[in-house]
Amino acid sequence: MCLAFPGKIIKIQNNQQATADFKGVRKEINISLVDGVKKGDYVIVHAGFAIQALSKKDAWEVLKEFEEKL
Amino acid sequence: MKNIQKLIKKINSVAAQIKRPVNIMEVCGTHTQVISRYGVREFLPENIRLLSGPGCPVCVTAQADIDAIVNLALAGIPVATYGDAIRVPGYFGSLEKARSLGAKVFPVYSVEEALELKVKYPDLVFFGIGFDTTAPMTAVALKKGLTVYSTHKLFLPAMDALLAMGELKIDGFLSPGHVSTIVGLKPYEHMKVAQVITGFEVEDVLVGLLMLLHQIKGSRRNVENEYARSVRKFGNPKARQIILEEFKIADGNWRGFGMIPGSGLEVKNPKLNAKIKYREILSKVDFSRSEKPTGCLCGEVIRGLIAPAECPMFGRVCTPENPYGPCMVSVEGSCNVEYRYAKNKK
Repeated sequence: MCLAFPGKIIKIQNNQQATADFKGVRKEINISLVDGVKKGDYVIVHAGFAIQALSKKDAWEVLKEFEEKL
Repeated sequence: MKNIQKLIKKINSVAAQIKRPVNIMEVCGTHTQVISRYGVREFLPENIRLLSGPGCPVCVTAQADIDAIVNLALAGIPVATYGDAIRVPGYFGSLEKARSLGAKVFPVYSVEEALELKVKYPDLVFFGIGFDTTAPMTAVALKKGLTVYSTHKLFLPAMDALLAMGELKIDGFLSPGHVSTIVGLKPYEHMKVAQVITGFEVEDVLVGLLMLLHQIKGSRRNVENEYARSVRKFGNPKARQIILEEFKIADGNWRGFGMIPGSGLEVKNPKLNAKIKYREILSKVDFSRSEKPTGCLCGEVIRGLIAPAECPMFGRVCTPENPYGPCMVSVEGSCNVEYRYAKNKK
């Protein structure tokens, strides 16, 4: 049920609906569960709904911070 | 790729320093898929055992709930649900079987499709399935008047149950990325076990493993967050709020566990709660055979007690084409994942 890759918001219809691009596949998604979603944001989508807008902090960055503390 | 090789080296080096067998459970079905697809087990040292847990929503759905929804469909009530749930066999067959007998059964990708179907089929029941991640969507649909048979569950009580049962010594959890996106970090803090909340790319899983092994090596029991790009300290409060508006927390019925207190989500509005609305049909169903399918060891697989291949039916009579239990049905189910992966390896 969990899609590993995020979608990029390419159009916002209203405070409920937006269009997101998933590696070239466009899908209508519901954005009502996340506040302040903007065009260009990457979102995690679950069963047709955005559940979080992503920050840019990827696994490598987390690892770097983690290893600095070791 | 080079980075990934470096990461694997680091994992092996920390594992070697631990010098004892370590059980790590990945509790999310999507982690199970990533681990098998990339053959992560193949390059782990011998003392590190990766076990799959109860993180596949279809797999943990109780047989009694499957039997209830199949009986509603057979009684002429139109039913919509997420794809895999349609194929799970119960004592009365699966929803797919009911459909072949003329029942109206619709696979949907989202609750919005179910709401569209409701226009044509006003009696439609949505078979709500999934954890903290999927319950908010059903709550949105309840607000729009969709009737729901809820098997929704809060996930963390199952992790507590696993630890409390003590059948298995769990040294650490790779904790679920998207459940945590909703619930945040705090609800994990009382668990006395090492854990790293982990994302779903292969590098996420490897970094998560490395962080977890460091914790285990240092005998620490913290909640660490590898999936920081999606999981915030306080999760998604808006999604949690809508769950509580539409559901009341009750005991939840889990395959492999039975009742887990405080893990179930029941629809508050009696007019939209299919268990109440269709009480009359359900009261005539004989649930005495709803325990579990004969010979299926899905419950033991879900609790991490056996690997899929240790079930005598695995790959012999039970296959994705002809599944005996939900762990072979769902693409996130350990048996289904193992079967596909083993086949690719040959």
